[in-house]
Amino acid sequence: MLLLRASLRAGTTFVLMLVALMLVTFLIGKAAPIDPVLKVVGDRATPEVYQAAKVEMGLDRPLYEQFVRYVWRAAQGDLGQSTSTGRPVVQDLALYFPATIELATFGLLLGVLFGVPLGILAAHKHNQWIDQLLRIVCLFGYSVPVFWLGLVGLLVFYAKLGWVAGPGRLDDVYQFTLETWSNFVLIDAWRAGNMEALRNALSHLALPSVLLGYFSLAYISRMTRAFFLEELGKEYVLAARVKGASEFHVLVRHVLPNVAAPLFTVISLSYAVLLEGAVLTETVFSWPGLGSYITGALFSADTSAVLGGTLLIGVCFVVLNSLTDLISYLADPRARA
Amino acid sequence: MTMRDWLLTDTPVSAWQARAGRWYRVWLRTARSPAMLFGLSILALIVLCALLAPWLAPFDPNAQDISRRLQPPGSIHWLGTDQLGRDLLSRVIYGAQPTLLIVLLVAVLSAPLGLAIGISAGYFGGWVNTVLMRITDIFMAFPRLVLALALVAVLGPGIVNAVIAIAITAWPPYARIARTETLSTKASDFLQAAKVQGLPDSRIVFGHLLPICLPSTVIRVTLDMAGIILTAAGLGFLGLGAQPPMSEWGAMIASGRQFIFDQWWVAAVPGVAILLGSLAFNLVGDGLRDVLDPRNG
Repeated sequence: MLLLRASLRAGTTFVLMLVALMLVTFLIGKAAPIDPVLKVVGDRATPEVYQAAKVEMGLDRPLYEQFVRYVWRAAQGDLGQSTSTGRPVVQDLALYFPATIELATFGLLLGVLFGVPLGILAAHKHNQWIDQLLRIVCLFGYSVPVFWLGLVGLLVFYAKLGWVAGPGRLDDVYQFTLETWSNFVLIDAWRAGNMEALRNALSHLALPSVLLGYFSLAYISRMTRAFFLEELGKEYVLAARVKGASEFHVLVRHVLPNVAAPLFTVISLSYAVLLEGAVLTETVFSWPGLGSYITGALFSADTSAVLGGTLLIGVCFVVLNSLTDLISYLADPRARA
Repeated sequence: MTMRDWLLTDTPVSAWQARAGRWYRVWLRTARSPAMLFGLSILALIVLCALLAPWLAPFDPNAQDISRRLQPPGSIHWLGTDQLGRDLLSRVIYGAQPTLLIVLLVAVLSAPLGLAIGISAGYFGGWVNTVLMRITDIFMAFPRLVLALALVAVLGPGIVNAVIAIAITAWPPYARIARTETLSTKASDFLQAAKVQGLPDSRIVFGHLLPICLPSTVIRVTLDMAGIILTAAGLGFLGLGAQPPMSEWGAMIASGRQFIFDQWWVAAVPGVAILLGSLAFNLVGDGLRDVLDPRNG
């Protein structure tokens, strides 16, 4: 019963958000100064041909009808043709999106693996030097432009020290020999049993994912610290300490379960932010993901490709938001009030 | 009685004295925070650069001198020159103008919008609240950078479009803050008293609710400005912000990108400027939270 009510609630929010998102991308597309009919028929078409094409594309219909048509088509997986690649946008997205997921997932893993323990440590050593140090590290993370730090990283770790591979996802040697199966390079290399390619792919992945990981670390560790500090002042913590529980036991067994729900929200939202942040990072590292696809399309006035990519990232946001809502609603009775 | 005693007295004889005393206390707390003073001084420096650029810059930011291209930092060009021989220091100083302009315009557009939506939702309640907060939640869940990107891409690059794109996605947090503050104030006795006295809604909203929502909104806006600088620089980096030959920090990084391995300073210098600008807003925002919010003691 609870599950049903929660799902219904999350479901309506999800659909509402999705429709609103599509309305926004639809309206942005409408605001474009490019005439889509002219793009199809060319500027030498006779007025009759132009009118026929306009009717054919449904552009003579009222706006709300066009929107319904847009949603209906998107639901069937039709986001239009990309004028720069000549393929359906959906096909392009399937090709480019895995690279972005690869990057964002590794970034998030790093951010969680280091961010949560560091946040706990900072709360434990509240106002001591380690807390201050972490505060500065996080402040720097909030303030530095990601694309610039990426360039500096390339300069230092690739050009000067040679620790990691340069821009791109794979060296050319492997790029064209590796059989593509899933578009996830790591999975493909693993599946082909090509350990050299796998190592090369990891070396390419290292710098951009560490970079993204740093930004999510800054956010996750600050939030973890704040959640823990709030709990540490409560009486059950005092009770546990009085009973002689070790500090580790107090932090991990007593406090951590209590902050798990908000912490989970923070982590899943930072995954969404990472997917988006990948846009700028990818352009610096020539990473063939969604960000490179969108920015590439920007400059060839390829509106359907830009809006298709935007919609996909938006859908990720909406899905992550709704899922988080649903899970914290189920896990935390306080959220049901 | 010294000036200080007059300001800090517990029994001010006029509203004016009480107000002056409050500002003096704010200043005292500010002066005790080195982080905030540091942030304020960077901010003052950036504002000075933007206002006095023609007098501060040693060279014309757009004067090209191919014979002196890609010079390392030295005695003539303190921060070096770019690929067209333009002086980097002068370009960084002039670059403060578009950055501050974007940040200010976004704040002027999005904060009032958020406040209006939040206060209306909190004050009128009922279906107004439901509808407005639903819209806010939906906008909150949108990817900001990518939407701004798409909007600028479609509307065409340039500062004005960048401002519109950022402002459209920046207001939801202010609406939430204003609504929370309004709800917690609505039940208070002084507001009930104002209502009973028959004050019109407009007086209550502008005279009582708005001043209460302002401090927390100002704090949030200041903190958000750090992110807005980064977004604006990102748009500039992608070529969607300020257009050449105007010197903009993000665009300067983009043009220095191809020389990053050999003439690193061309991209490094504007990057440090962005970092400092964003850092300043973060520090001042954090400091303001400690100073302005009376709940922090």
